[in-house]
Amino acid sequence: MSEAEPKKPAARGGRNLELPEHLKAYKGVWVFIEHDRGEAHSVSWELLGEGRKLADTLGVSLSGVIMGGPDEPLDAIAKEAYSFGAEACYIIRDPVLKGYRNEPFTKGMTDLVNKYQPEIVLLGATTMGRDLAGSVATTLATGLTADCTELRIDPATRALAATRPTFGGSLLCTIMTLAYRPQMATVRPRVMRMPDADTTRTGTIIEDSLGMIETDIVTKLLDFIADENSNKVNLAYADIIVSGGKGLKNPDNFKLIWDLAKVLGAEVGATRPVVQSGWVDAERQVGQTGKTVRPKLYIAAGISGAIQHRVGMEGADVIIAINTDPNAPIFDFAHHGIVGNAMQVLPVLTDTFREHIAMRSRKAA
Amino acid sequence: MHIVVCIKQVPDSAQIRVHPVTNTIMRQGVPAIVNPYDLFALEEALRLKDKFGGKVTMLCMGPPQAEDALKKCISFGADDAVLVTDRSFAGADTLATSYALAAAVRQIGKEQKVDIVFTGKQTIDGDTAQVGPGIAKRLGLQLLTYVSRIADLDLENDTITVERRAEGGVQVLKTAVPCLITMLEGTNEMRFAPLENMIHAARYPVRKWNKEAAGIEDVTKIGLKGSPTVVSKVFGPTPRAEKALMQSVEDASPRDVSLNVIQKIFTQHPTLERDILAKAAV
Repeated sequence: MSEAEPKKPAARGGRNLELPEHLKAYKGVWVFIEHDRGEAHSVSWELLGEGRKLADTLGVSLSGVIMGGPDEPLDAIAKEAYSFGAEACYIIRDPVLKGYRNEPFTKGMTDLVNKYQPEIVLLGATTMGRDLAGSVATTLATGLTADCTELRIDPATRALAATRPTFGGSLLCTIMTLAYRPQMATVRPRVMRMPDADTTRTGTIIEDSLGMIETDIVTKLLDFIADENSNKVNLAYADIIVSGGKGLKNPDNFKLIWDLAKVLGAEVGATRPVVQSGWVDAERQVGQTGKTVRPKLYIAAGISGAIQHRVGMEGADVIIAINTDPNAPIFDFAHHGIVGNAMQVLPVLTDTFREHIAMRSRKAA
Repeated sequence: MHIVVCIKQVPDSAQIRVHPVTNTIMRQGVPAIVNPYDLFALEEALRLKDKFGGKVTMLCMGPPQAEDALKKCISFGADDAVLVTDRSFAGADTLATSYALAAAVRQIGKEQKVDIVFTGKQTIDGDTAQVGPGIAKRLGLQLLTYVSRIADLDLENDTITVERRAEGGVQVLKTAVPCLITMLEGTNEMRFAPLENMIHAARYPVRKWNKEAAGIEDVTKIGLKGSPTVVSKVFGPTPRAEKALMQSVEDASPRDVSLNVIQKIFTQHPTLERDILAKAAV
């Protein structure tokens, strides 16, 4: 978000901020490739896209880490990883790695890091990635930065400069791990752009073993109950989203959001305060503690644009904001701003869209 | 049965304001609350206590005034509370925090064996979700994150079965006690504190442990010194280089403003118009 380079922090409280000699051997960028029932999670590809840039800046290689059962399509996933920029994949195949469990995955990841010594390890900030990252970072006693919105290499130290929202999303901070390796970070799905796949790219597989048997593992996975897809809101992947904030004043006025969404074939989103007031379900929350979205069109009505919301939606191609306050922060990053009362503007905007669509559809027919 | 619930006192983020010029947090007058996610952990612990009996001990690391957060938990029905407070803990990141809290859980365990440690999913000020897993790893406890339901607890055989939120579904996991559970939000509703509990809580002598009492063995692993991550800068967001095209309903009718916006976005993004028309045609 900001172009200013982070300054090298001064040593405080007698702590060492220089990288010890023995940790300088750590080289390369790794991405943990999350997969479930045969399919990789797209956040892994988004991370490879970002990891590619970091690796190129450092002049090092980019690798994926894939762990799973022997009957899972790990080679196909590795192939896909090459197409998104990985040069190599570290694979551990073991029956105990079928279905995510903390203990065997933590051991697999920790052992690989200790053996091959990457300088950066990135994971998706999913329930799996966060569970694993927190465990691996503690076991390795290194720094981990959660939910980053920007990853860069600091030119002065060649360290990973990871930016994330802080204080409940009211400010941003850049965090570095200077004297420890690897440097770990998680990134939420959809925060980074999906890279283009190039299926002509190839890579190398490095096989390793886990050294664990089922009886070593205390936790047993008894069952997996898949979510019903029928009533699931797929906000993160929606092309068009109409979102409302507390500027709409009451749940009745929020119906204007649904009206416009219906005309556009859009999903409905909301800010945290709206969700906390119970106007819509939590799964519709856009922002730091909700979903990150990257639609083609995002219409924000009665939303001031606090960072907590902004980080969840500023990746949209086109942002139209409606707000009574011409100084609202949302106008700092919207593409089109309408200064006016959302309750007054929304019905007219809905009608105008409806007429435009009807007219264009007639022309096309 | 003995349950330890870890909580954090946090500023009520809904009321945090950032100074528009200096980009610093304006803390004055922002009330401190129990991290809302931790209340789901506490309520779940209290429900287990209602069912199986035993004791719930609260644990918090923070400045002396965090005592208030612990007293709040006593009012809801927790039995005992320990505040780990020492200037040397200041500046701790999640790795250093989990080291200190794990040491304190170990000390609490010396008084009475601990069966389950609960934490919230994450805090509202840090949002990292890293301290729970950190404590579990340091204590060698089985880790169960994002638990949405405790399906079964068998204290004779020391086993527990839970439902854990995963991507695209719910995992049913069975493991051994002792374990550490991070509780998902919205899974229960915190009970009301009866008046007599509030009076009891107000007078409750929260135990305050400094680093020695908390059993810290290695002082290089706590506070700023024990924190691998370094905050290199804190800043406000920057506006987009290109300013938004602004229109006001004071200068033109809502109708004209709407027409103008629609025409502009569709001229600039013809594929967007095609997508919308295609959807409308279905």
